[in-house]
Amino acid sequence: MSVGLHHYLLLSALLFVVGTVGVITRRNAIVVLMSIELMLNGVNLSLAAFSRYWGDGSGHALVIFSIAVAAAEAAVGLALLIAVFRNRQSVDLEDLNLLKG
Amino acid sequence: MTGSALLFYVFGALALASAVLVVTGKNAIASAVYLVVAFFNLAGLYVLLEAHFLAASQILVYAGAITVLILFVIMLLDVSQLVRLQGSRNAIARSLGIVLAGLFAILLASQLAPGEVGFPEKLPEGFGTVESIGDLLFDRYLLAFELVSVLLLAAIVAAVAIAHREGESTP
Repeated sequence: MSVGLHHYLLLSALLFVVGTVGVITRRNAIVVLMSIELMLNGVNLSLAAFSRYWGDGSGHALVIFSIAVAAAEAAVGLALLIAVFRNRQSVDLEDLNLLKG
Repeated sequence: MTGSALLFYVFGALALASAVLVVTGKNAIASAVYLVVAFFNLAGLYVLLEAHFLAASQILVYAGAITVLILFVIMLLDVSQLVRLQGSRNAIARSLGIVLAGLFAILLASQLAPGEVGFPEKLPEGFGTVESIGDLLFDRYLLAFELVSVLLLAAIVAAVAIAHREGESTP
């Protein structure tokens, strides 16, 4: 039994879903950021698999862009977390209810 | 079962298991370390997909830079406060989230076309090398490449501006 496109797409979907569960259920904002990275990685894996399937390097270029955007996202997100922690002494998402109606 | 198929299952299972541990872990630092494990296994999967340059940048950027940044921020914040923050949200939100994610997984899996789709045996010359990706980046995707460099600059400036303490002299 050989490993084909299906296997990689299924694995990437599972990684994405695991990341989604983390984003929805966790309270710690840092763990939520890590889960977002997991979701991005799941999508990157499917891009690389499609690139292998078509024999076209465009998917690889797209993954490089995606990694760069993920790095920017992590840097700004963590900076925001530091600013939030300085103001509220907490990174619990349940505590950030200033805009609650 | 061929060697590459066996490696796919090993790397895939390890990546998935460490991803689950990231999400379910009680301690933020342990989650960050499991995240490194997941990134390394994904780099192994990239090697199996003949994407060698991607595997290298995955290790350098994700396992090297992003997780170190995350660990650094965890250390900057109050660690004892983070360890107390173990639990997830209340039971309704948690079970609803898991059920919705399960439905989402079934939806994604059901979209796969029936039947096995194998990878082509023959690949173009130089597939996945730095040279071929560089050709693409500096030719077909030049505008996107330049925009990403501007984005990274904006992210640097934004990170410094946001995390900078008010009333402190600029470094």
